[in-house]
Parts: sequence; C-alpha cells; structure tokens
Amino acid sequence: MFARIVWLVLRKDFTVEVRSLEIAYTTVFFAISCVLVFAFALVQEGRAPEGGAAGILWVAIAFAGTLALGRTFERERQSDTLRALLLAPAARPAIYVGKLLGIVALLLAAELLLVPLVAFLFQAPLLVRPGWLATVLLTGTIGFAAVGTLFAAMLVRARSRDVLLPVLLYPITVPVIIAGVRGTAALLQPEFDPGIIHFWLALLVCFDVVFVTLALWTFEPLMTD
Amino acid sequence: MIPFDTLVVDDVSRHFGRRRALSRVSFHAGRGTILGLLGPNGAGKSTLLAVLATLLRPSSGTVRYGGHDATARGASLRAAIGVLGHDLFLYPELTARENLEFFAGLYAVRDVRAAAQEALDQAGLADRADDGVAGFSRGMRQRLALERALIHRPRLLLLDEPFTGLDDASAAALGRRLLTLREGGAIVVLATHDLDIAERLLDRAIVLREGRLVETVDRPEALRSVYRSIMSRPDAASGFSRTDGA
Amino acid sequence: MPKWFTGAAVLCGLMFAVAPVLIANAPYESTMGLVQKIFYVHLPSAWVFLLSAIVCGVASVRFLFRGDPRQDRLAWAAAELVVLFGLVTLVTGPLWARKAWGTWWQWDVRLTSSLMGWMVAVAYLLLRKYGGPGSDKLGAGLALFGMANVPFVYISVNYWRTIHPATSVVPTLPSSFGVPLWFSAVTFLLLFVLLLRLRVRLQEQHAALDALYLSMDA
Repeated sequence: MFARIVWLVLRKDFTVEVRSLEIAYTTVFFAISCVLVFAFALVQEGRAPEGGAAGILWVAIAFAGTLALGRTFERERQSDTLRALLLAPAARPAIYVGKLLGIVALLLAAELLLVPLVAFLFQAPLLVRPGWLATVLLTGTIGFAAVGTLFAAMLVRARSRDVLLPVLLYPITVPVIIAGVRGTAALLQPEFDPGIIHFWLALLVCFDVVFVTLALWTFEPLMTD
Repeated sequence: MIPFDTLVVDDVSRHFGRRRALSRVSFHAGRGTILGLLGPNGAGKSTLLAVLATLLRPSSGTVRYGGHDATARGASLRAAIGVLGHDLFLYPELTARENLEFFAGLYAVRDVRAAAQEALDQAGLADRADDGVAGFSRGMRQRLALERALIHRPRLLLLDEPFTGLDDASAAALGRRLLTLREGGAIVVLATHDLDIAERLLDRAIVLREGRLVETVDRPEALRSVYRSIMSRPDAASGFSRTDGA
Repeated sequence: MPKWFTGAAVLCGLMFAVAPVLIANAPYESTMGLVQKIFYVHLPSAWVFLLSAIVCGVASVRFLFRGDPRQDRLAWAAAELVVLFGLVTLVTGPLWARKAWGTWWQWDVRLTSSLMGWMVAVAYLLLRKYGGPGSDKLGAGLALFGMANVPFVYISVNYWRTIHPATSVVPTLPSSFGVPLWFSAVTFLLLFVLLLRLRVRLQEQHAALDALYLSMDA
C-alpha cells in the first residue's frame, strides 16, 4: 500500500517532467552557470586552487537543488494539486517519499552532467574512482533532498517561500556539504586513503537515516493545519 | 471507507490570528441533499469547505460525519469525501486519462482503468482521453475535474464555485450530474454566489456573511428575496473585522 | 507580571553593576593580559546561548506534537534569546581569538557549530516574521531539525579541523579566576530568565489581544 502510493507519485512526477523537461533543463543550466561563476572567481593562471573542484561541484549541486525543489513544489501549487494529494486517503509519508525519490533522481541526473564538466574544466581527476564518487554523491544527495523536500513541501503554504527555502535549508544541510566536499576532495588526492572516505560516508549515511526518519515522522503534523 | 449519511456541523469557528474566518456555524445535511453555501467573496465559504474536507481543523466546534468525528479518523473519512476545488486539482501536463488514473490509484479504487474509462464517458471526453489537459477549454477541464472528484464514489461531495466560467450548455450538464448524484443518495455541498443556479438546484441553502451563518433557507423559491434583504443589511461588526493587521 | 519579576530585575541590574568590579579585581593573567577578561563575558553568554537553544528545541517539539500554544510562545521567545546571546558570544569570541590565536576567526568546531546554530535561530525568526499564517508549525519543524543537526555539525566540523581550548579547564581554574566567572554566569542566567519571561509575557498579551478581537467579532 505504502509502496504503491510512493510509486504512483514518483511515476506521476516523472511523466510530468518528461513532458515539459522544464525543471531538468533549468536546473542543469543553472548548475552549469554556477560552475562557470566559480571558475571566473577562483581559477588563477588556468588552474583551480587545490581541492577547489570538489567544493565547486557541491556548491553547484546545493544551489541547483534548491532551485529544483522550489520549482517542483511550485508546480504542485499551480492547480492546487498538493492539496489534492493531501485530500486523498493515502498515507502522507508515502507522498513525501514519492516526492523525495523524484528530486533525488533529478539531482542525480544533473550530477551525471556536472561531474564530467567539473572534471574537464578544472583538470580534476574526479572519474578515477567512479564507484566511490557515485556513493558519496548518492548519499549526499539523499541527505540534502530529504531535508529539502520536507521544507519545500511545508513552505508551499507560507509567504515569501522562494527566499525562505534556502534560508532554512542551508544551515541545516551544512554537515552534508562538509562531508560531501571533504569526501570528494579525498578522492582527488594522489594517494588514496580509504579511512577518510569511510568516515565521511558513515557520517552521510547516518545523516540520511536520521533525517529521513525525522521527516517521515513529522510530515503528517507539519502538513495539517 | 466510512460510509455516512449525515453531515452535522456543530458550532464551528475557525480563526487565523485575529481574523475570524468562520464564527459559530452550525447546520446539518442528510442523504440526497444539495446544500448551498451562499455569500459574497470573503464570507468564509472556502474556509468552511476546507474544514468539511478535513484539510483545516476548526479552532472550536466539531464536524461529525454520520457519528464519526473528523479529527479521529482522518484517512478513512477522506476516502468518502470528494472535493472539487476552485483550482480544479488537475495536472495540465498529463492527459485526461492519466489524471483520472493517478487519482483513482491514490484513492485505492479497485479497477483503476475501468473507473477512469467510466469517468471519461461520463464527462463526454472519451475521444479526447489521451490529449493533454493543458489544451482543454475551461468547460472540458471543469467536467474532467468533477469526474476526478467523483472517481472513488464519495458520499460527500464538496464543490467550490463549480459554475464559474462555464457556458450555458456545460452549466446545464453539470446541474444534471449533480441531480443524479442526489438521486444516488450523496450529500452535495456547493459554494456559489450565482442565484439563478442556486434557485434551480438547491434543496436548502445557508447564507454566510463575514464568517457568520446569517440565514438558513429551506424553500429555494424564497432564496432570492432573502438573499437580497441580507446583502442590503448594514453590518455593524464590519468595523472590527477590517482592522486586522495580518 | 509576576511579583518576583521586579525584584529579580533590580537584583540583575545590581549584579551587572558589581560584575565589572569583580572582573577588574580578578588576577591579571600573564600570557593573555587584559584580553583574558573577555572570558568573563564570553563563557557565560555562550552557556546561556546553549541553554536558550535547548529550551527552544524542546518547546518546539512539544508544540509540534501536542499543539499547546504556550510551548510555541516559549519557543519563539527562546529563539530570540538564542540570537541575542549568540551574537554576544560570536562577537566576544573573535576579540579573544585575535590575541590568543593571532586571527579573528578560526573554522574550529565550536565556533563553526555556534555560528550554524545561530543561523538556524535567525532563519527561525525570519520564518516567523515573514512566513505568514501557519509559520508556527513550520518554525517548530525547523527547530526540531536544527536540534537533530547538532551532533552532525559537531562531528563534521570537528573532523574537518579544530583548535579551540577544551571546556575541561573551567573547574580547575584557581578560585580567584573562578569566582568572577561563576558570578558572571549567574548574572547572565538571571538575565536570560528575565528576558525570557518578558518576551513570553509579550506573546501572551498578543494572544490575549487576538482573543479579544475575536470575542468582539463574535
């Protein structure tokens, strides 16, 4: 029952996005713009500062992710369809999970383009250890999106939601950003130290578990008025 | 789903900060009734519909659905309630069929495909079933949205200004559909400010003004004169409710 | 206002008048010099900052699941004090750091996590001010997430880098340093209680005023 609702919401979001591609195009292009802005700000004599590539990658993910979250829920506001979802007798946490998976899928797709771009523009060996990189990106994206989906959903009813989303989201997701950047930077080191990666991955997994659980627990009371 | 035949609203108030959207409203409706909520904009019709839909909790008072309290049984009650909001609740990027099948799935309708096909026939949209809703006219969307709200065969149907923007033919069709539902024993609660429609369709009407129930009208033919006299009344309390800072 | 309030306010004022004398008469610390005296303000305000954050978080969780508006008023008042005492902490910290570490700011664990906690409280106040109706629940959600985030910020920043002096030095300080410190801490605590009571009182009166408007309307 729970899984069926998750699947329905996820499939619906996917169909809508495939038809318009609005969020995918704008998110990806925005992420690329972020990368370029950082390139102009940081690159000197044709090279990025050491470890800069990892930071630029994660800042682009965080910024583009906020944009995607805002747009996704703005879409549910247009014909008041979020209200229609809440009116259904379906379990509300299932609606949250469906939305979360949609956002995670979208961000992972954007990262698929971002990683080679950053590697190419900053001569960073990002693709040397693709398995580890994918794991760091996946766990980090889930953590960011878990908090972001809940906040974006509850801000649908609020005024000034566009500016409040990043204001609320960034202070809470600081551990994700630190762990993501440090984990990715460790992958770029010439001599690979699995201990460091294990530490950051463990932190990210714990963050994901704690915040997804909290979001599932609070989604119902936060969405009822 | 909890089947119920009566809707009892008992002394319901709802305020937002210091603005009182609903003030001590009480009424009831039995099976096979079309009940109208009449009143000017800002009278509290939409707030009352949101409370009846279990989306908003009353600040005080209770709503009972055939003996069940709204706060106690959220999800299973919602399975018996259909809502047609002012914004229609349709995804413009999806086709008519996809919209219907998605909501049929959310409401756990047993045969999703058959239910969607039946709804398309009922809405007269069978030949446009696989076209995107974005290309539909207001009337077509309205018919689709109504069938979407009815896809799980609710016992209570809540409609917010469903006649806005409809031509005469679509309005007549919607009226006939509501009368069929009444025959089937459903409770229909309809917010409107159109007196012509109200006279033809409603069994009973309650008139709201500034969140208060000012009149219950049991004879539709008396509606027009009652409504006129209420709206021409000067309102003593308006001086206070306009001062809210929110 | 309760009866104790005026008395406590006068006492708090007197303590704030006496504290500088005690601090001035405390022994002159040889390596840090005069700058060390900032500690008599920095440490107590940091403790009260932490206390406000805990009060805000606990009250928010209780409000979220029980819906008691008194808890919401307490959470809002506490969040304001998190911002206030956090500001004192974050301003006095770098003043001390400039002398001790030769730099205004260090991305060490306690500074960074304090800054993050302070940011969450500012975000909470922004949400309450500009979020419109329903922002009470959203604020409670934010406070809950902010609390859950504390260990993660702490661990992540700690592993990232750290040079802050450990708290364990406090109980072992000679009493000549300790007396002004504890006096100062009690003074700050009293100020916290007074301000909290004052702000909750203001919120209560707002709520009472709303109720009056509503009763006139009915």
